[in-house]
Amino acid sequence: MAINYWDKKIEIIDRAALKKLQLKLLKETVQQALKTDFYKNRLRKCGITSANDIKSLKDIEKIPFTTKDDLRECYPYGLLAVSQDDVVRLHTSSGTTGIPTVIYHTKNDLNSWSDLVARCILATGVTHKDVFQNMMTYGLFTGGLGLHYGAEKVGATVIPAGPGNTKRQLQLMKDFSTTVVHATPSYMLHIGSKLEEMGFSLKDLKLKKAYLGAEPYSENTRKKIEKLFHIDAYNSYGLSEMNGPGVAFECVYKCGMHTWEDAYILEIIDPKTGKDLPEGKEGEIVLTTLRRKATPILRYRTRDLAFIHKGLCKCHRTHRRLSRITGRTDDMLIVNGVNVFPSQIEEVLMRIPQVGNNYQIFLKKDGALDKLIIKVEIYSKMFKGDLKEIDILKETIKDELRACIVIHPSVELHEPGALPVWEGKAKRVFDERPKL
Amino acid sequence: MKITQISVFLENRKGRLYEVCSLLGKNKINIRALSIGETDEFGILRIVVDKPEEAVKILKSNGLVANLTDIVALEITDKPGGLAGILKILSENSINIEYMYGFIEKASDNAILVFRFEDTDRAIEILKKNKIKVIGKAEIANL
Repeated sequence: MAINYWDKKIEIIDRAALKKLQLKLLKETVQQALKTDFYKNRLRKCGITSANDIKSLKDIEKIPFTTKDDLRECYPYGLLAVSQDDVVRLHTSSGTTGIPTVIYHTKNDLNSWSDLVARCILATGVTHKDVFQNMMTYGLFTGGLGLHYGAEKVGATVIPAGPGNTKRQLQLMKDFSTTVVHATPSYMLHIGSKLEEMGFSLKDLKLKKAYLGAEPYSENTRKKIEKLFHIDAYNSYGLSEMNGPGVAFECVYKCGMHTWEDAYILEIIDPKTGKDLPEGKEGEIVLTTLRRKATPILRYRTRDLAFIHKGLCKCHRTHRRLSRITGRTDDMLIVNGVNVFPSQIEEVLMRIPQVGNNYQIFLKKDGALDKLIIKVEIYSKMFKGDLKEIDILKETIKDELRACIVIHPSVELHEPGALPVWEGKAKRVFDERPKL
Repeated sequence: MKITQISVFLENRKGRLYEVCSLLGKNKINIRALSIGETDEFGILRIVVDKPEEAVKILKSNGLVANLTDIVALEITDKPGGLAGILKILSENSINIEYMYGFIEKASDNAILVFRFEDTDRAIEILKKNKIKVIGKAEIANL
């Protein structure tokens, strides 16, 4: 199998040299982090006042974890480590309770991000000769722009299609002989199920590869998608706090995602004790940025569960391979690739006065796509007697939710007392989707 | 000369309407007129009863979402064109009807219809000016 590299020297660097490089970059990152009030305080408390206090990679364990809540508390400027004049882009993502988080990028930060993505793309065998159709959401969500700039850097022909409008996607794929797409696994399944109905056949397409990310899925789903389109599908991992896509990606051997360890320090910890786990053991992924100047983040608890594959990959890359994401340590839901916390939904519902105290969140499948259904009890004192008023209420709930969680839910209104009451901890989330 | 309608928010669920009606029946409340405005998952039951204040209290204390709504009851000649005559007056005066429905009983040879107007006071004013008979609360209770 032909193996392509974007930056061969660093991709096959030997482990000892990689660790040396990591230590140098970790020191730089700590120095950079100390420019922010947040880390200055936090690091001082554990005895770190300069990069010199980091003497070995093991010293990273002295640094406390950074959580999503920390990022929220720092919103909007608390983690900015450069002058705002040097910031060329920012991405926000919704926080768990309404307050967003923000990541800034300098020109150089964006450059090294797209370099990482370019590595991922070449690792799958895609080159400048390919036509890349990006079906991920553009905008504040990092999935779209992240792959976009990486693919442009590689020199592929990029079609910035964005998500949805399946017929147009297929038409673009046919007209421009798309060879590689980037989408959520559920959207790929959806396209597969609509292909013939929309008047296309596999023969119309030149598709060879798909990059699948933004939601967890199984090996069986990968196989199903590969069979459906007669393509190779590659697993992708990233999160906005760590730039976005390009943190870890599969190579042509499809046996785990190479995590770019010259750009991130990868730890797998026991989510309960915070202790480091050995290779092969499943735990929570913790990542430290090594190259980002604008928003350095130390030991970020991703809440994603995975393990590190043992041994070397046949592609000779020395960067260790992360397994599929097997779950979460929190209650985050992934709906059509978008991250949603039940607490965000609750927060929106509870600020609408016509909404009663009880609600339920249902997740179902509508074909291959996810459907979010919110069942809400209405507050009887607010009921004036009009059907119109109830319709308006329904629209209001939908609009407010859409503004906060970015997805379109359906809303069902119920009489007070109609939804089950819970003694103790209420069960409000019912995920009825078959596992992908 | 407004009269009172009770609006009840009801989920589309088997037996829900029966529960409401039997509750009223048990409490000796008589339904004079009824209509249901519905969507896929819920409906609004609209009823005119002989004792509206008492009825709404009973409904609410039994956990139902209910409220009182002002409506206007009109006597209409029970012959072809009777309703059209009234609608013509309303239309010419730009009075908007949100919904309307008929009474079960008759007070005389005339039919009784109830209307929910966007602007109830102005509607009554126009109707009176045009000598249309508006039925009051007492008459409804005695029907």
